[in-house]
Amino acid sequence: MTQPQALLSIENVETYYGNIRALSGVTVHANPGEIVTLIGANGAGKSTLMMTIFGMPRARTGRIIFDGKDITKMPTHEIARLRIAQSPEGRRIFPRMTVQENLQMGASLDNLQFFDEDARMVFDLFPRLKERINQRGGTLSGGEQQMLAIGRALMARPRLLLLDEPSLGLAPLIIKHIFEAIRELNKNTGLTVFLVEQNAFGALKLADRGYVMVNGIVKMSGSSADLLANPEVRAAYLEGGRH
Amino acid sequence: MISEVQNNPSAILRVERLSMKFGGLIAINDLNFEAKRGAITALIGPNGAGKTTVFNCITGFYKPTEGMLTLTRQNGEEYLLERMADFVITKKAKVARTFQNIRLFSGLTVLENLLVAQHNPLMLSSGFTVLGLLGFPTYKKAAGDAIEKARFWLEKINLVDRADDPAGDLPYGAQRRLEIARAMCTEPELLCLDEPAAGLNARESAELNKLLLDIRAETGTSILLIEHDMSVVMEISDHVVVLEYGTKISDGTPDTVKNDPKVIAAYLGVEDEEVVELIEQAEAAGVDDITAAVDLLSTEALHEIEEAHPDAAPVELIPAAAIADGASSKVKSARKPAAKKTQAAPATSKIKAGSTSNALEAPRAGKADKLILIKGIGPVNERKLNEHGIFHFDQIAAWKKADIVAAEAYLAFDGRIAREDWIGQAKKLAKEGQAKPAQKKTGGAK
Amino acid sequence: MKPIVDIEPKESDSVFAKALKEGLVAGALALGLFCLIVGFRTEQNIRNELILTQRWGLLAIFVAVAAVARFLITYTAPWREERKKTRRVVEAKEPSAFRKSFPKIGLGLLFIYPFLVILILAAYNGSMMGGLQGSLKYVDNFGIQILIYVMLAWGLNIVVGLAGLLDLGYVAFYAVGAYSYALLSAHFGFSFWLLLPMAGIFAATWGVILGFPVLRLRGDYLAIVTLAFGEIIRLILINWTVVTKGTFGISGIAKATLFGIPFVPGPNGFAALLGLPNSGVYYKIFLYYLILLLALLTAWVTIRLRRMPIGRAWEALREDEIACRSLGINTTTTKLTAFATGAMFGGFAGSFFAARQGFVSPESFVFLESAIILAMVVLGGMGSLVGIAIAAAVMIGGTELLRELEFLKLVFGNDFTPELYRMLLFGLAMIVVMVWKPRGFAGSREPSAFLHKRKMVSGEFTKEGHG
Repeated sequence: MTQPQALLSIENVETYYGNIRALSGVTVHANPGEIVTLIGANGAGKSTLMMTIFGMPRARTGRIIFDGKDITKMPTHEIARLRIAQSPEGRRIFPRMTVQENLQMGASLDNLQFFDEDARMVFDLFPRLKERINQRGGTLSGGEQQMLAIGRALMARPRLLLLDEPSLGLAPLIIKHIFEAIRELNKNTGLTVFLVEQNAFGALKLADRGYVMVNGIVKMSGSSADLLANPEVRAAYLEGGRH
Repeated sequence: MISEVQNNPSAILRVERLSMKFGGLIAINDLNFEAKRGAITALIGPNGAGKTTVFNCITGFYKPTEGMLTLTRQNGEEYLLERMADFVITKKAKVARTFQNIRLFSGLTVLENLLVAQHNPLMLSSGFTVLGLLGFPTYKKAAGDAIEKARFWLEKINLVDRADDPAGDLPYGAQRRLEIARAMCTEPELLCLDEPAAGLNARESAELNKLLLDIRAETGTSILLIEHDMSVVMEISDHVVVLEYGTKISDGTPDTVKNDPKVIAAYLGVEDEEVVELIEQAEAAGVDDITAAVDLLSTEALHEIEEAHPDAAPVELIPAAAIADGASSKVKSARKPAAKKTQAAPATSKIKAGSTSNALEAPRAGKADKLILIKGIGPVNERKLNEHGIFHFDQIAAWKKADIVAAEAYLAFDGRIAREDWIGQAKKLAKEGQAKPAQKKTGGAK
Repeated sequence: MKPIVDIEPKESDSVFAKALKEGLVAGALALGLFCLIVGFRTEQNIRNELILTQRWGLLAIFVAVAAVARFLITYTAPWREERKKTRRVVEAKEPSAFRKSFPKIGLGLLFIYPFLVILILAAYNGSMMGGLQGSLKYVDNFGIQILIYVMLAWGLNIVVGLAGLLDLGYVAFYAVGAYSYALLSAHFGFSFWLLLPMAGIFAATWGVILGFPVLRLRGDYLAIVTLAFGEIIRLILINWTVVTKGTFGISGIAKATLFGIPFVPGPNGFAALLGLPNSGVYYKIFLYYLILLLALLTAWVTIRLRRMPIGRAWEALREDEIACRSLGINTTTTKLTAFATGAMFGGFAGSFFAARQGFVSPESFVFLESAIILAMVVLGGMGSLVGIAIAAAVMIGGTELLRELEFLKLVFGNDFTPELYRMLLFGLAMIVVMVWKPRGFAGSREPSAFLHKRKMVSGEFTKEGHG
């Protein structure tokens, strides 16, 4: 409410797993129409932040505000109804449903009004899914499941899209393809994207702004170009082989 | 011992005529390749190409529909893997594996995970539990040795301090390493790793490279690897096999594979996205000469490319770019923007080539209609249409079949204009003269 | 960690309103739920007519309890949350000294329990004989009964808690043990000490026979098939009347002896040999120690096995079967050994049961027994011996105690029969435990080996297995 211009603002959030503090005093925001990325080492708490936005686990202190509404204590399904969609860590597709049904589940908030159109868009993005349309999610290969998870998130026609490592397990060609698609969506529809990536180079190239997380604390933030140029960031996340 | 292993030229694993069908779906089709003893062989390919299925056949989780998988151990024993049960393959043929989605025993401690991996030798020394239950010293000694072996691997993967923590509590990268260490505790001769670098950042994958090279140097274990991270594949593998749709499309050293146009088209895509961007910029600006395009780059961007590829000067990148261009038109759906711009590039006049019959030089009365009111046209399409001289609803409303084809060509839409009834919408909008949103319509398809 | 000061007062206001609302809703729900169950009661009078009595007072108590409890829970929620936060830092430490030495203290108490009871009752009654007779109930109904279930639950724990195979027909192995003892002792006159191991072996054999076909199944399917197996065994016992005498059961089963010394009144009996006054209580005390030792044997074997490769393989199997196979572990034999070991202890317990009762009938081996034993394993915390023992004591001891809740009559009036509410309270208690401690009493698991320091593994990480 204090920052009406930000679509999502996370203020001073702390999250715990049992007794272990996973996030401490995290403040992050995403403006409408922006691509924001969060980078950091494994176990830094990036995915935890993603899940905290959805209230699983809940933030113990601090506030999460989406579009002027405090969603910190809102039940998860109601958060999803605000058109925040997520492609979560570990894909979490419905293994016993077909590709088509998985996409329908993603679109279910819409009464399937735009289903055909959106499905076409997803299939344009991932022609592979179209080939497998009647196959069960669980029988897809790992990379195809990843595509399905992203596709399912897109089916919700989100205002805010949370992507947790969309490039995980995907072929280089597909990764470029996905990043391009995110950029296109962002340009064409003004979709706001919040992206968690290990592929720091790719993510920063794509994003407008970035945050660097270390041990549950946001250590650095700035425009992508600044972060890319920052020697510390380079040393920690970009060196030792490039994606 | 190490030199002996590396001098041995024979293959540790021969895959011959391997086919795997699931119902009507052919996952692997007549695949042949070899993994050399003491070498790191990488298996790459697009998602769903059947790489993990190959692994599952090798490790006995699937029974192949056809084909032969021969594993030759160092002592000369040969095993036909397709005839063996999964756990026997690990036990007798000494093949160990890891999984794409990590399968650790998350409720057991890190140490226990490594002890479970030594189940078979421990089972023997405990006299199938009976002697161990009665407290015979043989088992006590064996248990001590097992812990020492676990400690050795924990030191290797840098996790000694966390030995007594539950495996599920480790960060992702550490879990990946632990899974490799656990597989190594079964003392394999062939180690199969399914995407070991997935989800690792650049630094972690560099560490992984080191670990794998260490493993090979110290134990002589041959490694078979599925990986999408080219920094891993190209740096450490001796031999790369590329699959697409269950068939082998390329096979050779990393360098040959990297430059194989088939592989680039199917899998790698264009090598350097920066270069493509650069060419696109050049084309968009109507510059034919690539060297001039290089000048267009800011020094900063140039610096970036140099840093990413210290061995390649920008000028040397040009041939790669040429391949890239060919590749991009081949994989049209994948790289629409590039393909589009290539087509559009030659035209230098204000209205681009391939325009529709009723294109205008400029909007009438200096003001264009809001084309985005037509459902299916977004800001980008509107811009493109404007570039092609379409500014008004009545222009679209007057489109003939040929015009639609032309418009679809430069918008890279097939059939969408008809499907979404742009012309009908445009007619309506033109008639109304004033903007009345059509957004409540559910689209022409319904 | 800074609290947001400016919205604090508003927060507490809304908490009160929210609590009030939720309390009223809970009251309304309770009213709807209990209206017919508690509010009305039908009785037959002397002329066999149905009389409808209305019990609005009792209903009001039920509704009030529900509403007030809900209100308090919601109203104190922020306060409890706050307290949890402050306590958390301290709590992360080692378990207290009492908790650490709890098994030892408990064990010591168990060994002196019968004598403790006798002494207390003797002091209460003022005579030794009174103490002996009075202790019968406490040693038999509480001691022995609880220990039988502890042993059964520990046996089932190997299958469910360690190997993660959901077995709903465990009571079948208990029945096999009991009938093996009953039949072999009746027909061949074998002694208890010979038949005890034989019963175990028979039950284990049945475990393997059942195991072979069903262990390919997983999760729900395995549970259903084991449930069916339990019923099959019971139906055989009922219908194979030639051998089992059907529902009449087998009676007059030989008692256990102490190294050949029988517990009978008369010159050769235990009491006469030791020059003690005649009493049935000696046999009960003997049985108490027997079942205590058998239960401890189960515990000892379980603890030892967990440190063996086979025990670790069981736990690994519970965590991830596919990973087990990829490490060269034969999961079929591993599952079979778990099944057989669990069944064997069930068989031991069965033969003890037969010796103690002197009578077996199919009625003792109904599905409810399986369910209760499984509930002990789940409530106790999968895999934890101490937790399971506590769960067994609470469940069996609790139901026994509930028989004697005469004081409730003071609250609810003389018409109130506490026995009728036994199962209701029991069910309620189970729900409370599962809400309060979803992973059971002992939510953490002790690792089987360590490099630096033995740290408990939180239940968050362990899996329940998928069959």
